[in-house]
This record gives sequence, structure tokens and C-alpha cells, in this order.
Amino acid sequence: MAQAINSRRGPVTGTAKRAKKRKPFLLDLYSTAVGKKYVMAITGIVLIGFVITHMIGNLKMYLGKEDFNHYAEFLREMLVPILPRTVFLWLFRGMLVTAGALHVHSAYGLTIINRSARSVKYQSPRDYQVANFASRTMRWTGIIVFLFLFWHLADLTWGTVNALGTSAADGKFVRGDAYGNVVRSFERPPVALLYIVANIALGTHLFHGVWSLFQSIGWSNPRFNKWRRWLATGIATVVVVGNVSFPIAVLAGIVGQ
Amino acid sequence: MNTTTDPRLNSKIPAGAIGDKWSSYKEDMKLVNPNNKRKFKIIVVGTGLAGASAAATLAELGYQVDAFTFHDSPRRAHSIAAQGGINAAKNYRGDGDSVHRLFYDTIKGGDFRAREGNVHRLAEVSVDIIDQMVAQGVPFAREYGGLLDNRSFGGSQVSRTFYARGQTGQQLLLGAYQQLGRQIGLGGVTLYNRSELVDTVIVDGRCAGIVVRDLLTGELQSHAAHAVVLATGGYGNVFFLSTNAMQCNVTAAWRAHRKGAMFANPCYTQIHPTCIPQSDPTQSKLTLMSESLRNDGRVWVPLRAGDERPAAEIPESERDYVLERLYPSFGNLAPRDIASRAAKRAVDSGHGVGPLKNGVNLDFAAAIARLGKDVVQERYGNLFEMYERISGENPYDTPMRIYPATHYTMGGLWVDYELQTTVPGLYAAGEANFSDHGANRLGASALMQGLADGYFVLPYTIGNELAPMLNKPLPGTDHPAFKQAEQDARDRYNGYLNTKGTRSPDWFHRELGRIIWDYCGMERTEEGLQTALAELPPLYEEFQKDLRVTGDGESVNQTLEKAGRVDDFFQLGMLMCRDALERRESCGGHFRSEYQDEEGEAKRDDEHFAHVAAWEWNGDPMSSIRNVEPLEFETVHLATRSYK
Amino acid sequence: MTASHGKHLTNLTLTIWRQKGPNDGGAFESYRIDSISDEASFLEMLDVLNENLIGEGREAVTFDHDCREGICGTCSLMIDGQAHGPQRGTATCQLHMRKFESNATIVIEPWRATAFPIIKDLMVDRSAFDRIIENGGYITAQTGGAPDANLIPVPKPVADAAMDAAECIGCGACVAACPNGAANLFTAAKVAHLNLLPQGQAERFSRTEAMVETMDEYFGSCTNHGECEAACPKEISIDVIALMHKDYRKAKIANRKELARK
Repeated sequence: MAQAINSRRGPVTGTAKRAKKRKPFLLDLYSTAVGKKYVMAITGIVLIGFVITHMIGNLKMYLGKEDFNHYAEFLREMLVPILPRTVFLWLFRGMLVTAGALHVHSAYGLTIINRSARSVKYQSPRDYQVANFASRTMRWTGIIVFLFLFWHLADLTWGTVNALGTSAADGKFVRGDAYGNVVRSFERPPVALLYIVANIALGTHLFHGVWSLFQSIGWSNPRFNKWRRWLATGIATVVVVGNVSFPIAVLAGIVGQ
Repeated sequence: MNTTTDPRLNSKIPAGAIGDKWSSYKEDMKLVNPNNKRKFKIIVVGTGLAGASAAATLAELGYQVDAFTFHDSPRRAHSIAAQGGINAAKNYRGDGDSVHRLFYDTIKGGDFRAREGNVHRLAEVSVDIIDQMVAQGVPFAREYGGLLDNRSFGGSQVSRTFYARGQTGQQLLLGAYQQLGRQIGLGGVTLYNRSELVDTVIVDGRCAGIVVRDLLTGELQSHAAHAVVLATGGYGNVFFLSTNAMQCNVTAAWRAHRKGAMFANPCYTQIHPTCIPQSDPTQSKLTLMSESLRNDGRVWVPLRAGDERPAAEIPESERDYVLERLYPSFGNLAPRDIASRAAKRAVDSGHGVGPLKNGVNLDFAAAIARLGKDVVQERYGNLFEMYERISGENPYDTPMRIYPATHYTMGGLWVDYELQTTVPGLYAAGEANFSDHGANRLGASALMQGLADGYFVLPYTIGNELAPMLNKPLPGTDHPAFKQAEQDARDRYNGYLNTKGTRSPDWFHRELGRIIWDYCGMERTEEGLQTALAELPPLYEEFQKDLRVTGDGESVNQTLEKAGRVDDFFQLGMLMCRDALERRESCGGHFRSEYQDEEGEAKRDDEHFAHVAAWEWNGDPMSSIRNVEPLEFETVHLATRSYK
Repeated sequence: MTASHGKHLTNLTLTIWRQKGPNDGGAFESYRIDSISDEASFLEMLDVLNENLIGEGREAVTFDHDCREGICGTCSLMIDGQAHGPQRGTATCQLHMRKFESNATIVIEPWRATAFPIIKDLMVDRSAFDRIIENGGYITAQTGGAPDANLIPVPKPVADAAMDAAECIGCGACVAACPNGAANLFTAAKVAHLNLLPQGQAERFSRTEAMVETMDEYFGSCTNHGECEAACPKEISIDVIALMHKDYRKAKIANRKELARK
């Protein structure tokens, strides 16, 4: 936790003698900024994995309604019959929610630390040298993606922002008809635009996040260091291109009812 | 001339053969029981190599140590700027090095004006320093096999210099600083930063403590101790322009001198041959280029005076490789004073190069051709970059321009074999004392001496002094002597603030520096020194009447700090000129034009001046008393120093 | 004194942060420099300003500086929004006026971080760095008992890598430049220097743990912007930060030999 150093002048001695009170191991680790960054990086990996899988799965859209809905059903039936139907999906969702919550919580904690580490800001404009748009807007792209996530769930999972219907014909949300719901949603240009904007924010977030997680966890090796930036660019590009293609394809009529 | 041999100047060199003196001292010395060490408080002023290593080691032994620095952190001390390396008689090269050879080289390099016993001890402990620093994690340069690399240095014919790129001083200081930091963390050392010594306090003839000024608040604080170590560096900034850091000053040593510690050989100042020449009148300091550059660089000037052509257009036949011509066996590695004077003569005779014609070339073309640019870059890359940043020229393409500048001061507080000054309980270590380098210091020996004093000498000799003082009462800071010293310091600093004249401390410092450089610099004459001694007192008087210090005394006031330091530099400057005048011979860094042979080489006068001049304060630097400690040479044979 | 041969910059405006003391408010004030040689260093330009101010009976600008050779790390200054000014790999004291143009306005601000409180004007207190070193930033080797220096060979590439990290001058530019006020580069440079060397292995994990946690008490967190590396006068690579993060991870999790004793 960033703090002002003791402003009282005086001799300095015994600065390494304080016995630190230790919390239980994981909490202890999480209480440091470096520990929070580990959490950030590990949950980031989980979320990146999800984002990529999610995007690849959604590509089924281009194979048509049958394939897409079959894929959706597959997700519900994963690990059946070891587990009853949708149980694995819920476990998986639980993990994602936990990862997301920790990702946001650590981001929040780090933001607080960083704010207090410079309680008085520079009074003249900064001239940044290498900090790029992505790295400096992580907080904002993160918030955009986070808020978008709720809308996305409300739009296509719960359907709560859509009028519920029972058949596709009336243009309403139909539980279980993933393909139809997507198409009906994206046919509305403002919604399509929202998806595009949110995914560009996601891509920007990934562009810095994917590179950054290597540093945070301490995966550094001259043999692969130069690939870290390429990997981040690659993942961000693939995810953005894949995800943005869906609303565009719907609007362009390539994918339709 | 006042020259009386003084019983107070007893060097206390142990009896016995030169190689046995230090071991027999250690065997005979008094010890303090480990449990009793914590009853003793030792003050260490300065946290450079000598100060940090002494404070850390004394704390490791168990003494209570209070360390003082005027910097924000102990890591800032100017030891950090030493580039080239540190000598040690390890003989890792198998090239015939030995303790005796290092001892002899140092004595000879110092032009036979250093004490044999001290120098031999220095050579002995040099090997321990390398072991200690490697164990502490100093990343010395290595060979591919993983063993330590060495380079050669001016004034020696063996490779005994250990180095860490061009930042050896930095790495050694950080090593000592980390060790000090460990002791601060463990509570063995109490650190007072941004605190400047303004007076030493003597009670019943013993040093009882110090008075420091908190540079952030102006508050004066007294500190009492059983022993006080001054490791406060040299006084090269008396010249204003020098390679010393801006804040280096003589105040601590000078205040001790005024309280009775004799000041030895102030005229022994070293001019470093390889600095970047001055380029502009507002220049605040000169930057040193490591002497190690002379390993591969060749010094030359155009044969024809006033030759304006760029270096590349001057053919080989029209170049004068000055050092190679004059000193064939040592060539470009001739000792510092010799190389410096050769450069000065070249410039004075109109052969200087550069826009101001105030430098000589240091050319790497031959080295680049022989070794390849990569090797040269590996060895000197950071120095070349630094040169380019300062001068705007690329030394891979055009020769560097260099000129001598004040760099180190061999003179300092007189100390005996135990590094104790003439005031009991007051010690001086590192550059602040005068002990080991005689009239000239060899390259890569300053780091060696600072660490030797701090790590391997003071921790023994202080114990020897303190042992009999166990359980004797210590005068506290409420003693009238402390109160008096505080009052004097308060009056002094208020005085600067209240003079309200017209000129800044820096203006006076520049003027002082000009006089000292012109008359007491690289070449000195009777007439010039008389001129300086005539000009200095009126200028000092003007300083006292016409000084202007703006700001107040209750918050940081760098102008006020500077005023105090310039005041002391004035007094020292006068003493320096007097010492230079009285030493009617040429030796090492002290070159008197009247005393040279037909070839312009320094001519020593061993009959009359084989002694240390230790000056005693009596209220006015113009009338200080010159005392003498004769130098006895039992082992080495006094020879004319020749590097031909 | 000799005359200058270089060209001169004229009509410079300096906008400098003035602040009386740690607890006072501060503000920018503007000063003019009519003419200065382009051979002058940036700090010499400030010397000239201070001489002028004293001449006018005003208080000089307080700023930290000492060696003026780029090695002691005392100088600081945020110059036109960049720690140590516009030249890469250069401390303020080595910055020369030839990097500026006539008629320029130069904004000079102290370094800002909660752990570096302003003492006066442009001077800040960087003692928090000392606290980090005091907590593990060393190899314990008491004076006297060291084995022969060549007993443990150190491969040249390892010694070179340690030296790259050890070049840190402790100026605090990394903290000043970091948008988060983090000291990871400073701390990691020392961790890397000592942890890379064979001599530093014994305390490798306890050192990393203590240093990281001390750093944590004062500074912000690293979000991998890379501004520190760009501002570092010694151009120390942020690779050392990854190394520190790795060793901290190992110290907390994988270091079973030591954890077994706790």
C-alpha cells in the first residue's frame, strides 16, 4: 500500500527489524501489489482462453443455424453422462465469474494503490515515451468490456432486455434458439455498433494484457521475449476480427434467418 | 620558515621488518570484548567508500555507530564517480606482481613522500579488499572462464587493476552502501542524512563529538561519541573547476583542523591528465575520462603549433605522440603528474587542439584498427557515450580531446599509523587523510585506500584506542564545549545571511578557484605563489564584507551551505599556497618551476624535504605553524623517479 | 576564463515549480534566460538562473545535484513532461542545452510520488529507496571472512547481466516516469544484480521477498507501461522486472527448502 514516507525528520535505524504479521498464504500473497498482478495475469489467462474459445465457437454461425444451435446444445451437454446436463456448463460459468470477479477486484485494488502512490499529480502535461494508448486505457477498456458483458448476457443469454417470445417469427427472443437470437439482435444497427465498439475495446485490452501478463508472472526469456508482443497483437487481432465479423455479417445479410 | 619537529607528530609505526609491521600491530593491539563493544559510540562522518565501509564494519563488530552524510542517501558520495578500477596485489595474471611490488610502485608513484609503513599495509590488505567486495556481489569484469579480469594502469608495469566496466567506483560504493544499509536495517548504524558537520568538539584534549547542521531545517545538533571518524573526502573543489562533485568540500576536515588536527601537505594536489577540456565560461565542473583510456588511446598533438586542420587530415608524419616520444618504456601509461605536465606544455606552446586550443588528442584509431571496434566498445563504450553527450563529438571517428584537471588531493588531515589525527579520538580516513599517496597518487589506488582504511584498518585501530576507555564517563552534549560550538556555528551561518552584500558565494568561489589554479595548479613558482598569497587575503576580506546569501536559515538553503563551504575553501587555499611556497622542491603533483632538471623533470630535494609538513592552526591561515614529520625510508631506496 | 565557441540559445522561458516547504502549496513561476551557450549543461543553465536571482536579491531555486557526471543519481527534474528531460539514457546533469532551441519554454517540475515528498522547490526526498535496500538489498558478507575472489567463477555473461542491472544510479526516474508511481524497476534492478550472481544465491528468496514487500509499502504497482525503462538514464531493461516477479513467485510458493523451516 503506497504511503507517504515519514515527514518527520530524524535518524534512521532498525528499518528491517519490524516483524511482519503474516496472513494466511494466499491472502498474504494477494495483499501485495505483485501478488495482485499474479492474480490479474492468471485470471487474465482464463478469460483470454474463454474469449478465444467463445469466438471460435461462434464461427459456427457461418455454417448455419443447425450447426450453431448444435454447438450451443453441445455446451449444455458437455461431460454428460459423467455429470447431468448443464452441470459442467454451470461449473464453467462459475469459474469464469470467479476469474472475472478476481480480475476486477485486483484491478480495483491496484488502481487504489496507484492513485495513492501519486497523491499529487504532475501539474504540467506529461510527455509519454512508450506507454501506448492500450496500456494507458486498460482501466477504461476494462470497464467498457465489463459493462458490455452484462448487456451481452441480458441480450443473448437471459434475453431480459428483449421482449420474450415463443417463436422466431415475431422477431423476439427465444430461449434455446441461440442462432435466431443472435441474428435478430444484430439486425438492429445500434446493437451491432455496440458490439463492434465493445470488441475493439476488448482487443485494445488484450493487446496490452496479453503482453503484460508475461511480465507480471515473470515469464521472461530472451528466446521468446520478442514473440510476446507478436502473440498479443495476434490474439487481439484474431479476437477482434472474429467477433466484429458477426454483426457485420448479419447486417450485410451474409448470415440471416 | 617554521619547521620544528614535533612530538605530536609521532607516526607510531610498529617496529620490525616492513612486511611484519601490520601483523605485529594486530597481534599486540588491545581488544574490546564483544559484549563491551556496544558500550562505545563511534561517529562516522561521510558515507563514501571509507565512511560506509568503516561504519558497516564497526557496526558488525558491535559498536554503536552513528553515520552522517550531507547527501540524501549514503549512495551519493563521490566515490561513486571513480571509473577506472581498484588495484590489488593478487597476481592473478602471473605477471610478477606482489605485495612488495605494489608497495614499491605506490611509494615511487608518490615520489617518495609517503610513509613506508602505511603504504605497505595498504598493499597487504589490497588483496582482502577484492575478496570482500566479490563476496558482497560487486560484479567485477570477468573472463570467459569466469575468473576475474584485470587491466593495467598508469604508473605500473603489471596488470593488477580490477574493474567493473567504467563504473568501478560506483559498484564498490554500492557494495559498501548495501553493507551499510544492512546495518542500518539491523539497527547497528543510525543514519543521519542531509546533515552537514559544522564543527568538531574537543573536551580535555580529546574529540568528544561533533555539531551538525540539519540541511532541511537549519537546526544545529550536537552528537557525543567515544571516537569520531572523518571520511569526508578531499578538497579539490578549492579550484572551483575540478572533477569533484559539486558538493565536495573541505569543511569537515577544516573545522577539525581549526580545533587542533594538523593539516598535512595541502599543496599535494593531483591533476588528472584525461579530462574533457573546458568549453564554456559558465561551466560548473570538469568531467573526467577514465585514465584506463590511456591503455588503448594514444596522446598526440600536431607537430606544427597552431595547426587548425581536423585530426583526420593531419598525416602521421606531422603528429607528435608526446608521451611515447618522451617516455618510451611507459609511453601513454606514464604517471598522472607526468602525463599532465606534458599536456600542459603542449598546449602552452601552442600545439593545443580543439576550438579553444585547450586540449590534446587521445586517439583510438590505432586501437580500433588493431582490436576492432567491438572490443574497443566493450572496454570503453560507456566512456565514449559520455564523451559524446558532453562534447557532441563521436570518439570512434575523431580523437577525444583531453586536458588535465584537478582530480584528487593527496594532502589532508595528518594521521598516524592508526589513522588518528593529532587530536586523540579523532580519525581521518580515505581522501580526507594524507597518509598513503605521498605527493602523487597512482591510478586505481584511491578506491583501494578508501576501502583499506574503512574495512581493514580503522576497525582494528579504533578498538586499540577505545579499550582503555571502557566505563569511563563520556562528556555529554550538554557540556559547555558543545553549547559553545553550537553557538559559534549559529553565529557563523547567521553571519553569512546578514552580510547582505552584493556577490554570491559562487562568484567568490570562481575567483578563488582562478587564483588557486593560476598560481597553485599544475605548475607553481615562488613569484606566483607570492602573488596568490597577496591576492587571497583581500578577496577573502571582500567575501566577508560583500557576500550575499538570499533565502533563510530555517529551510533548505543551498546558497547558505555553499557560503560556509567557500569560507573554508578560502582559508584552506591560503594554507595551500603557503605550503606550496615552503616546499622548495618539485615532487609528484607539486611541481615548482624553479626545481626541475634540464629535461623539465621534477627535481626532488630529499635532503631538505623528505618530510611531511603538518600545519597547525593558530587563528589565521596566513600564520599557521608548519610542523615536520621526517620520513624515514628503511626499505626502499630513494631514487629519482623515472618513467623513461 | 575563456570565451565560448559554440552557438548561443536566446530568449528562453523557464517555468519552474516553486514550493517553500513540504507542507506548503506550490506554484509555477516563470523566469527568463536571455542567452546561454549551447555547450552549457542544463544544470549550468539553472546555475546561471540562480546567479541572476541572487543578483536580484531573490531566493535561488533549490534543486538536487552533485556529481554532474550522470553517476551519483542526485539530480532529478521533470523537464517538459519527461523524467531527466528529452535525451534518452541521460541524467539531467548530462543533458546539454544543445538539445533545446532558442525561444523555447521549458517546464521544470519536481518528481512527484507520494513516497518522494517535495522538500523544497525541485528537491524531493527519495529515502524510500534506502529503505528497500536496507531490507534485503545486499549480500550478507561480514568484513573479514571472505574466501578468495577467484574461488567461485562467475561466467562472463552472468557477470555482464548482473552488471547491466547493477548500473542503476538510484535517481528515481523510474518512479517519476511511471504513470503509477511504481518502483519496480529500481527494486528489480537490485534484485537482478544480486540474484544473478552465485554469491547472491543464499539469500535469493528471502531478499526478493523482503525487498518486494518493502517496495510495496511505499510505491505503486507495475502495469508494464515501460515508461521506466525509457526514462532510466542507464537504460535498464524491464526484463529485470519479470525476473523479480519470477523470483518473488518462487519465494512465496516454490521455495520449499526455506518454507519448510517457517
